[in-house]
Amino acid sequence: MIENIPFFCAGLLVLIGLAVIVTKRDLIKMVMGLALVEAGVNLLLVATGYISGGVAPIFTNAPSTEMVMATVQAMTLTNIVIGIATTALLLSFVMVISRKYGTRDVTEMRRLKE
Amino acid sequence: MKNALRTGVLVVCAVAFLVAGLGLSFGTPAYTDMDDYMLAHGQEETGSNNIVTGVVFDYRGFDTLGEATVLFTVVLGAGLVFRRLGKKEDEYEYE
Amino acid sequence: MNMSNLVRSGANILMPFILVYGFYIVVHGHLTPGGGFQGGAVIATAVVLLMVAYSYENVRASVSKHVLKNSETAGLLLFIGTALLALTAGLAFFGNWLLDLGVIFGTPVAFGVNPGDINTGGIIPVLNIAVGIEVLGAMGLLLLAMLGGLKGDAE
Repeated sequence: MIENIPFFCAGLLVLIGLAVIVTKRDLIKMVMGLALVEAGVNLLLVATGYISGGVAPIFTNAPSTEMVMATVQAMTLTNIVIGIATTALLLSFVMVISRKYGTRDVTEMRRLKE
Repeated sequence: MKNALRTGVLVVCAVAFLVAGLGLSFGTPAYTDMDDYMLAHGQEETGSNNIVTGVVFDYRGFDTLGEATVLFTVVLGAGLVFRRLGKKEDEYEYE
Repeated sequence: MNMSNLVRSGANILMPFILVYGFYIVVHGHLTPGGGFQGGAVIATAVVLLMVAYSYENVRASVSKHVLKNSETAGLLLFIGTALLALTAGLAFFGNWLLDLGVIFGTPVAFGVNPGDINTGGIIPVLNIAVGIEVLGAMGLLLLAMLGGLKGDAE
């Protein structure tokens, strides 16, 4: 049970991100909570492909030939780029919304404003 | 009422993650057949020492094409949000 | 309002090293950890450093939008064009048509553990450079757009 720590850390990150999204009232803090959830998912993906005693799957001056799984790391690379794309677009929308309403509080934005 | 509902949802999520985390086994994945093939034949089929780059750009090149398009679309969307309207229009030079 | 003299001198000294390091990561993508996306992010850090050390109004006149826009489209077109040229060589779409041709990047790889040779890889280094140029243009344009819409009441 003590050796499953990477999975527990990934679950903890997702849980903290969810708690931030549900609890806070500021718009920028909610976007940062979403970024925390994506970080936890990336850690879970990389931790799934680990083989005990393995090194990185690169053949240039490798110390041994027992290597970890390589496909999962490719998926994580794509996921990181998509994460920053989503966060950048969300923050642009937050900038425009907060300029229209004059505040960043979610409970004061109730209707579409002209 | 709303506070108790929020805390209840978070506690249920925490218990679900704990049970799922205990069920997995770290260090011995279940199926490694595809990755064994990629590690054994990756060097002669893609020609690169870095197997992860070989997977990203040769075995799964279509996903990288999709990701480059996503990056392009995000820059398009951000440039659309911050455009400036009504600056220089209907100012004809000829008479 | 400018940053102090120490910050500006540090940015002046550090910027060429960051650029060279970013290009090294992009070009050696098939030998060491790295590749197109990681190296493009490192090169974009140099542009960010320039914008932080000198204030945004001073930088806006010298970093032009057209260079970044053209480089981003050129990167994506180079990526798709290299993949389409494989159709004329008899392989499928995205096939590795430079692998045993011997023109450029065509040396075959020795099997097993070996010190790397940069002349190998087929179309993988070309794709790495294309993605690096595209990521550099995209990050610079994103930063310029978000900083430009920050002050004043645009739209």
